[in-house]
Amino acid sequence: MTSASTQCYAPTANVPGELKIVQDATCTFCGCVCDDIDLTVKDNHIIEAKRACVLGKAWFLNHHTDDRPSCLIDGKPATLEAGYDRAAQILTTGKYPIIYGLSDSPCEAQRVAVSIADWIKGTIDTTTSVCHGPSGMAFQGVGEVTCSLGEVANRGDMIIFWGSNPAESHPRHFTKYSLMPKGMFLPNGRKDRTCVIVDVRRTKSAKAADIFIQIKPRKDFEALWTLRALAKGIELDPELVERETGVALSVFQDLMAKMKACKFGVIFFGMGLTMTRGKHCNSEALLALTRDMNAFTRFTAKPNRGHGNVTGADNVVAWRTGYPFGVNHSRGYARFNPGEYTTSDTLANGEADSGMTIACDPMANFSQPAREHLASIPYIALDTKETPTTRAAAVAFTVATYGINTGGTVYRMDDVPIPLRPAFESPHPSDFDVLTNIEERVKKILGIT
Amino acid sequence: MTSPDYIKISQGTVYDPTNGVDGEVRDIWILDGRIVDAPTDAAVRPSRVIDATGLVVMPGGIDMHCHIAGPKVNVARKMRPEEKRKAELIHSTKLTHSGTMGSVPSTFATGYKYAGLGYTTAFDAAIPPLGARHAHEEFDDTPCIDKGIYLLMGNNHYVMQCLQKNEPEKLKAFIGWLLTAAKGYAPKLVNPGGVEVWKSHQAGNVSGLDSLVDHFQVTPRQIIGGVAKAATELRLPHSVHIHCNNLGMPGNWETTLETMRALEGHRGHITHIQFHSYGGGNGDENTFNSKTIPLAEYVNSHPNITVDVGQVLFGETTSMTGDGPLGYFLSNVYGGKWFSSDTEMESGCGITPIKYRNKSLVHALQWAIGLEWYLLVNDPWRVVMSTDHPNGGSFLAYPQIIRLLMDRTYRQDVIKTCHPQVRERSTLGDLDREYTLNEIAIITRAGPARILGLKDKGHLGAGADADITIYTPHDNKETMFELPRMVIKSGRVIVEQGEIRDPLNGKTLHVQPDYDHEVEADIQTWFEKYYSIRWRNYPVDLSYLNESCVVPLK
Repeated sequence: MTSASTQCYAPTANVPGELKIVQDATCTFCGCVCDDIDLTVKDNHIIEAKRACVLGKAWFLNHHTDDRPSCLIDGKPATLEAGYDRAAQILTTGKYPIIYGLSDSPCEAQRVAVSIADWIKGTIDTTTSVCHGPSGMAFQGVGEVTCSLGEVANRGDMIIFWGSNPAESHPRHFTKYSLMPKGMFLPNGRKDRTCVIVDVRRTKSAKAADIFIQIKPRKDFEALWTLRALAKGIELDPELVERETGVALSVFQDLMAKMKACKFGVIFFGMGLTMTRGKHCNSEALLALTRDMNAFTRFTAKPNRGHGNVTGADNVVAWRTGYPFGVNHSRGYARFNPGEYTTSDTLANGEADSGMTIACDPMANFSQPAREHLASIPYIALDTKETPTTRAAAVAFTVATYGINTGGTVYRMDDVPIPLRPAFESPHPSDFDVLTNIEERVKKILGIT
Repeated sequence: MTSPDYIKISQGTVYDPTNGVDGEVRDIWILDGRIVDAPTDAAVRPSRVIDATGLVVMPGGIDMHCHIAGPKVNVARKMRPEEKRKAELIHSTKLTHSGTMGSVPSTFATGYKYAGLGYTTAFDAAIPPLGARHAHEEFDDTPCIDKGIYLLMGNNHYVMQCLQKNEPEKLKAFIGWLLTAAKGYAPKLVNPGGVEVWKSHQAGNVSGLDSLVDHFQVTPRQIIGGVAKAATELRLPHSVHIHCNNLGMPGNWETTLETMRALEGHRGHITHIQFHSYGGGNGDENTFNSKTIPLAEYVNSHPNITVDVGQVLFGETTSMTGDGPLGYFLSNVYGGKWFSSDTEMESGCGITPIKYRNKSLVHALQWAIGLEWYLLVNDPWRVVMSTDHPNGGSFLAYPQIIRLLMDRTYRQDVIKTCHPQVRERSTLGDLDREYTLNEIAIITRAGPARILGLKDKGHLGAGADADITIYTPHDNKETMFELPRMVIKSGRVIVEQGEIRDPLNGKTLHVQPDYDHEVEADIQTWFEKYYSIRWRNYPVDLSYLNESCVVPLK
């Protein structure tokens, strides 16, 4: 039985016309989860977000509360109570209900969502399945040698970004964690570090690199295995290496020499690796390379996670079910099978017959068969704003925004849990509130005490 | 209130070693979640009578060293899908959540299974303070039992800095602050100093108590002595809790002995001591042998020291430790997948799947050495049952260990199935001692309660928490202990014959020592220089605890 206790920090009251400062607020826009933002709030608007990056500023300053009903049933305004009832009815009548999303919700709400999936014998899946799911699978194969971001700041003297473009996706990554900080063992900051960027195109991040290596598209696996071979001292055919990867063997040899010579290496990798040809094989190659490097020096790896609390979603789903994503409860216990229980598949295969989406927009970014199937089944959507997914939902809840209107806990990309300090209240309920109300009704219908 | 709502456990055979009750037929009265004296007014009738005639009544079990929540446990869950599908299935019911088993059960399953075994309290033994919030969140999803965490401090930079500058008062304040901020129960040292060396050197580690930790220029001996003293002076209910240097290495018994000496008379708890009691040298399997006798003699003659065993059981499990270099070592030995994570300023972590085989000399000796510890420590109040779950095996193996301790014929039969050298390299085959039920009650509840400073637990006297387990006696003690007839937690019947009846959410046990708050400014300066999160976002506030229980200082 879950205690629904943990909504740790509620927004303090606002006095009309007066400025309020919220110190050490947490930005949930990306996986960096910067918790050092000072917000200036006036009349339910954030007018300044000190230290936020360009994406964070947009997140905070452009935030406006959607002027629309908190609940729509079949597109028509309805009371929350009617919405909860209808939602519970949908979730308890389907034979193959799915719950999906969660990566932009606090852990407190995620926990309730997993409970609902458990009670209705449904499938629970998160957006991990379409971003770093392959890394999660690779992790199950070889493990991972990793560290917290403060370790990178204090020790990381060789920083490699592979298939990741933090200059655009995680703008404070360089300055806060990976390149610029003057760390305990790196008193000169950037000067004490070597930055290498490996990608298939010259991204904006490439400017930050001491060494930029452009490999052929879809050849990450081959490039990583070239490095694994060099780490082990295996002789390679230069022509073959260059033909396969688009990069001269000598470049890899030079890189490997530098990797062996550094004191504490870190490889950050992104969806350029996990969502291209090879998928989990790519992640596995990178994690294995990192492991291999520990025979020579200290080396760690870390996926650059995107959504604000996708890491929390992995953790919550894992501690409650034992598996990180793609979990099916139809037999009354948890089973894991990516490719079968992952949402893009349960939809595209036409299996799901009802569902609930939370803080995600599959109608905008899933495959056409998946979208068509989702449009054909009754589902509930929770989002802070109107999206293609909320528009096609049987029940659409407009919810408060986590980190701006509601408290709770989020996990940074390195699994560090951080509390939220919201700025002002929303007229809409939180996703925690909505899910808790739905859970109560679901339990009542199913006779669960 | 009208008439109070008493429960009476009637006519059970009670084992309550704390109160000197050794198998006497008694009634036990419960009111408002606590054990009370029988009402003097004979007209008072209990609202429920539990007939325990012919049954054995003990306090609820206390696991003082296990790994059940927080960052590394959850990583192990994610990392090991392969063992879950063939493990016992945990279905959802009208009362309970579904879950998964294997060596690292999911949170709900952990709570249900502990309760089903008659355990009502458990402590996770290795939480990095930066991940404390995570552990507390998991605890909120771990029903049926009371819980607490030990905080990793043996490689904490501030701790080492205080020792380097010889500032014991500052160290004391820091430990007080950290326990309060992270809602922890005790300071934990894991391979003190060694993990810091691991972070900065390939395969780095310290080699013994007097190895120097570079950068900080302190030794493990200083860390152990310093934190032990601080824990004493802070009057913490539990002492410093130590995972010694050189875990698992042949010849490490000398390190363990030196660790005990480094306490300099202060209280200290040496955990999973089985893994630290090895003779032999140079990683050579042929020289591996038991050194339990000299270590147990030292423990027997030094009342400041307590131990838990860390019993190894044969089979597959997952090794998980805050000892980063040990994780690296084990992953090279077993060759399987390996997880390692270094946490800034604080700690490390290593996880790898392992399998203990009875035909392996090393594994069979580990098994034997664990049993030697139970049998060679004279005072059962100072040796505690543990498997270091899941490192030596699952907590679900406790009934098997009880049988091994209570039945020497069975023990001899199992020795026969092991590697033949076990008889020559350990004394287990020659030990005739058999534990009594009273002694089992000591090493599984009364003893750990006393060692942890839990005055309200581990006994059945008036004022104690009404955490009670009722067993059906059986000649086979494994059978008796693996399926309690009834388990009562905080005065509520939570389990009957393995079925969950009332999956209440337990308390979180933590401490609030007095310390010099002036030191916080210095801690804050250091913190803001090196941590990647903000000072104000570090402490775990009480809203994360389902029910806070501050355990009084000594």
